[in-house]
Amino acid sequence: MSTTTATSRARDLLGVSSLSNASLTTWLHGLPGVDQVGCEARAAALGTRSIKTTSKAWAIDTAIGMIDLTTLEGADTEGKVRSLCAKAVTPDPLDPTTPHVAAVCVYNDMVGIAKDALKGTGIHVAAVATAFPSGRASMPVKLADTKDAVEAGADEIDMVIDRGAFLSGRYRQVFDEIVATKEACGQAHLKVILETGELVTYDNVRRASWLAMLAGADFIKTSTGKISPAATLPVTLIMLEAVRDWRELTGEMVGVKPAGGIRTTKDAVKYLVMVNEIAGEDWLTPEWFRFGASSLLTDLQLQRQKLATGAYSGADYVTID
Amino acid sequence: MSPAKTKKAAKATTPSAPKRIDVRKTYKLYVGGAFPRSESGRSYEVRDAKGAFLANAAMGSRKDVRDAVVKARGAQAGWAGATAYNRGQVLYRVGEVLEGRREQFVAEVAASEGVTRTRANALVDQAIDRWIWYAGWSDKVAQVLGNLNPVAGPYFDISAPEPTGVVGVLAPQGSSLLGLVSVIAPAIVTGNTVVVLTSEERPLPAISLGEVLATSDVPGGVVNLISGRTAEMAPWLASHRDVNAVDLTGAADATDVDWADLEVKAADNLKRVLRPAGSGSDAVEPDWAEQPDLSRVRAYLETKTVWHPKGQ
Repeated sequence: MSTTTATSRARDLLGVSSLSNASLTTWLHGLPGVDQVGCEARAAALGTRSIKTTSKAWAIDTAIGMIDLTTLEGADTEGKVRSLCAKAVTPDPLDPTTPHVAAVCVYNDMVGIAKDALKGTGIHVAAVATAFPSGRASMPVKLADTKDAVEAGADEIDMVIDRGAFLSGRYRQVFDEIVATKEACGQAHLKVILETGELVTYDNVRRASWLAMLAGADFIKTSTGKISPAATLPVTLIMLEAVRDWRELTGEMVGVKPAGGIRTTKDAVKYLVMVNEIAGEDWLTPEWFRFGASSLLTDLQLQRQKLATGAYSGADYVTID
Repeated sequence: MSPAKTKKAAKATTPSAPKRIDVRKTYKLYVGGAFPRSESGRSYEVRDAKGAFLANAAMGSRKDVRDAVVKARGAQAGWAGATAYNRGQVLYRVGEVLEGRREQFVAEVAASEGVTRTRANALVDQAIDRWIWYAGWSDKVAQVLGNLNPVAGPYFDISAPEPTGVVGVLAPQGSSLLGLVSVIAPAIVTGNTVVVLTSEERPLPAISLGEVLATSDVPGGVVNLISGRTAEMAPWLASHRDVNAVDLTGAADATDVDWADLEVKAADNLKRVLRPAGSGSDAVEPDWAEQPDLSRVRAYLETKTVWHPKGQ
């Protein structure tokens, strides 16, 4: 979607003749407020569902297939990225029936290495761009960062929004940055990181979700994983409601990716229940729902082995990251 | 004077105070340095040797075993990494706290095992002495079980004992304190961590030992105590792949437990297995009064041998 089409569609949706900061503010602040207590209670209630036996087996395999296996450390090396890619392809060498993950998520400069290691596997390479994780760089630098990753072969781009601009109410600026980044992505999918841990209120999470979708995001993602709190159930619930309502409004589907702090199978299953209950079954595929995680895969494997062998497994039976 | 104070003063002068309401105890598990309830929410009645109610104990489940193994695994590297001297000090401190609470232990041993107070006193003495005896081995075991090996080449060749890792322990069913101490101390003194299934019918001294451990300097997760039905939990502990060794001592006289089954389960990931005393399938509880040797310590050690080039 080019800049003009994104803007003109936004104008249509908002019913205004020119897309100004004021019109965006009116629209976003016109969204219904989030009932904090109700939202947290609903998220907690959905977390109590008991998922056992065959349903659990299905949930584990589905969750593995939805993982964006991530390494975003200053200490990342080519070797580490290669070994992570090997794990992405064959999570459990002892059990070839284990599905592979959806994507490997790395920093910009590691895209080439990951692309090479994942050739022919169907696993996507996602790159974080736009001065991840803070997003504090000028627009030309952010766009160069994005283009660089796309040229290196990234299939998906994870961008961060300028939280400073968002919190100061400069919605138009955030909108323009997403639109420009989307354009720089070309064929690559764009995931927009809202960094909900810095957005302070649930209302802001809802507004940021709608703003990102309005600007053409393919995915909305909770967090960078560098800020605490990262992904939480209530925040993800609000985002799932947003994508559900967005489809009702426009007929388009947008994906959701909680990232950071999801470490156990139990957590992952809670998210899957929520996806099913809030957004609907259509979102229960790697195309529309992802987990940004690294250690989650290990726990899913341990649970998978427990189901297969009947005995509790241990860290000696999974590959080391 | 406030009304409350007046009331209190009046009560103190009442010649026959009303009978106190029993403080009935429902104990919890000791896992990872905390006292959680069983994940299952169950508890069971613990009775003394004559069948009178003593207290409620948590009835642990396989998931409690699972959680305890995670805690034990998490604590193992830190505990093994502490200096032997430090481990000895920590365990000695446990001995001190045991001594300070001996009255409680005497009462619980007497009630649980149905022995006289004099006999219970002697058993508690022995248990504390046993604990101290094992504690003393922490910085001596390497001298006895390690070695500088003679080799035909310009190398130092050193064998040193290292802890096996996480040890699952079936605590003795009969000897509720002396036997318990005699199976826990030798495992942890060298840097292992333990998940203990306490005596099914006599868990109270073990629960009190948990309280002692929590208030001494033993890091959380080094000792984990789970009360409940041995037959229900033991297979999960024996088959758990993240457990490196199992002590089947408590299989003797445990209801519905066949230790051979447990050994088969343990074999799946090549665990070290300490079989119960007795011959064949007739497991018996050992005579805990006997002076121990290093065999229980040695049972949970691996020998690491290092070749190091020697200059001329």
